[in-house]
Amino acid sequence: MISVQTQDFDIGEQHRILLAEAKNAGGVATFTGLVREFYEPDVGRTAPRVESLYLEHYPGMTEKALADIVSQARTRWDVLACRVIHRVGELRAGDQIVYVGVASTHRGDAFAAAEFIMDYLKTSAPFWKKQNTGQGAQWIESRASDEDARKRWDK
Amino acid sequence: MLTINYFASLREELGSGGETLTLPEQVTDVARLIDHLVQTKGESWSALKDSSRVLIAVDQVIVDRGHRLHGTEEVAFFPPMTGG
Repeated sequence: MISVQTQDFDIGEQHRILLAEAKNAGGVATFTGLVREFYEPDVGRTAPRVESLYLEHYPGMTEKALADIVSQARTRWDVLACRVIHRVGELRAGDQIVYVGVASTHRGDAFAAAEFIMDYLKTSAPFWKKQNTGQGAQWIESRASDEDARKRWDK
Repeated sequence: MLTINYFASLREELGSGGETLTLPEQVTDVARLIDHLVQTKGESWSALKDSSRVLIAVDQVIVDRGHRLHGTEEVAFFPPMTGG
């Protein structure tokens, strides 16, 4: 299941749904991303605090890109059930922004598939963040380290 | 008709969310579409030429600037993604 939504999500509820969907699961790996209070490269005592974060996306392509990422994960690992949620719109520091949950027979597949989905999501799904601090609003720049994280999986 | 969308910082920089246009006959790929936009819309559109700053999707799939166009596609220009 893939969902791009403005509303918050309950990870307990997502966990229950994953277990109901997966037959004979040996484990569930999940990742929940949060809106940070300070964004790199400005992390430090002088960095302006993030008052809000606006998430823009490309409706239609976003869902397609996420479905493609999940389907690639399914061909590489034993994925019994998978849920991906990404929020869009106006968020605040501390808010949940993204959720990936993977149920698998074994932990290795669950961990790897969840990490793969996150690494691809960051560089291949059309979302853009704009942060609003006391000093104004700026679009967040993409980071080379995110691209490097994705490329690890090409090997 | 060809549909063009701009997103995020690029949308703000160009002051446009997109447009629809009838593709002239000589515009047969994305690179020529960018040249056409620079000629008809203005020099700011030459920002679309920078492949490190601007990604392109045709019918919601990432492509390079040599991708062929037939005139009925949905073309999108946007900065590198920053979700997650």
